[in-house]
Amino acid sequence: MNIDWFFILEKIVLISGVLALSLIVAMYSTWGERKVAAIIQDRRGPNRAGFMGLLQPLADGGKLFFKEEIIPTNSSRFLFILGPSLAMLVACMTSAVIPWGDTLTVAGRQISLQIADVNIGILYIFGVVSLGVYGIMLGGWASNNKYSLLASVRAASQIISYELAMGLALIALLMHTGSLSLKDIVEQQRHSYWNVIYQPLGFLIFLVCAFAECNRTPFDLPEAENELNGGYHLEYSSMKLGFYLFAEYINMFISSALMASLYFGGYSFPGMDSLGLAPNLITILGFVALFIKILVFLFFFMWVRWTIPRFRYDQLMRLGWNMMIPIALVNMLITGAWILFQQG
Amino acid sequence: MQALTDRVKPVDRRPLSFVEKLYLPAILKGMGVTFKHIFKKKATVNYPEEKRPFSPVFRGLHILNRDEEGRERCTACGLCAVACPAEAITMEAAERKPGEEHLYREEKYAASYEINMLRCIFCGFCEEACPKDAVYLTETFAPSNYDRKGFIYGKEDLLIPHPKEKKTV
Repeated sequence: MNIDWFFILEKIVLISGVLALSLIVAMYSTWGERKVAAIIQDRRGPNRAGFMGLLQPLADGGKLFFKEEIIPTNSSRFLFILGPSLAMLVACMTSAVIPWGDTLTVAGRQISLQIADVNIGILYIFGVVSLGVYGIMLGGWASNNKYSLLASVRAASQIISYELAMGLALIALLMHTGSLSLKDIVEQQRHSYWNVIYQPLGFLIFLVCAFAECNRTPFDLPEAENELNGGYHLEYSSMKLGFYLFAEYINMFISSALMASLYFGGYSFPGMDSLGLAPNLITILGFVALFIKILVFLFFFMWVRWTIPRFRYDQLMRLGWNMMIPIALVNMLITGAWILFQQG
Repeated sequence: MQALTDRVKPVDRRPLSFVEKLYLPAILKGMGVTFKHIFKKKATVNYPEEKRPFSPVFRGLHILNRDEEGRERCTACGLCAVACPAEAITMEAAERKPGEEHLYREEKYAASYEINMLRCIFCGFCEEACPKDAVYLTETFAPSNYDRKGFIYGKEDLLIPHPKEKKTV
């Protein structure tokens, strides 16, 4: 038997790198969120810990780690601990199929900057993201607190409702691209135009649903402080609370990466192949391009959060079922008709 | 119905139109507003390093004044304590002994003079009541301490530095 040790090493390095990247980005998203909130509200934001408050996330993380851990007496202890662990695990798992860049050539080997190029990449992401709701459900239920339970029921129904519209928007995109592999989708956009030009309505639906899936404002009903005392993580303290909050930011990062890959060309950028640079350099530039796109989306997430107030729950459900799904269906029909027309 | 004031504003209770039901135009407008705020001047200051200017009549922590030769002006007449609506001021009077003329301006002086800064409402009535120009409110504010005792300011906290001996308080 011949084991390709180099391959295993390469993947381990890649996995660690992507994991570290998502954790660091999530960490600095908390800083970014506070800064964006501050500048939108004419304030200054964190500026004490380090230059421009850049050490603030470390201080916050350290504080969360050393806080007293409280597990309520009447909670189901095992599930109570499983909840945030699952939320965090699922959030980290999604990054596996996202193509972070083209291939690098190191010592004569082609190294793809994608951990696993599975041909059902999008389905994988859908499956894993849907698992995320279990973290919230388990946490809310195990807390043995009616507010937490209500919040987790809300979260579950919200995520299920918006997943439908999101899936329908994606089907239209898949009809256009003809592939479920994220790498193929990005490569197609590299040699043609970005998918957002072909699927503007689909992108809009996907964007709104991404907000709902990440439990971000204006759809942050599961953590509606005024009605639910803080939502599904009401009974959580210390780093278990931190994991929930962290998972939300990682989810934001991943959905930004997903939107950039699906609709905005992923690691490709205009004029990428006509620069005449070394392939390795192009790959690195491509990664930087993807990263910039992700940062723009992250800023957008925050910008929306500090602009729009929360929807009422019935409004949220009506928007999901009565508006998003019909529009997504119409978008699918239009795409189908257009494809038929193209084929003559 | 007759309105009670002239500031009544009628509320538009018509159902939302189709465009309004889409939410998007209103959301985009709102995002335009918040985006503009990114470039606006910050409303806050970096507080401990940077302070806002006070108005000339600002009333902060008190001081006890001395005259040009460094003698305490206060004669413990008690008018400030009487004027104080929060009853924050207490004092004990004492008679000046021969040989203490360089310390106290008149025959009577305050052996102890205490202001409880937790009770004080910084109205400035003590300053107005004082016939000897002894008590003044300054621009120092926001005292902090670890216990309540620390907020009771005695003479050593209140008296301004001696003009000649240059002792710092």
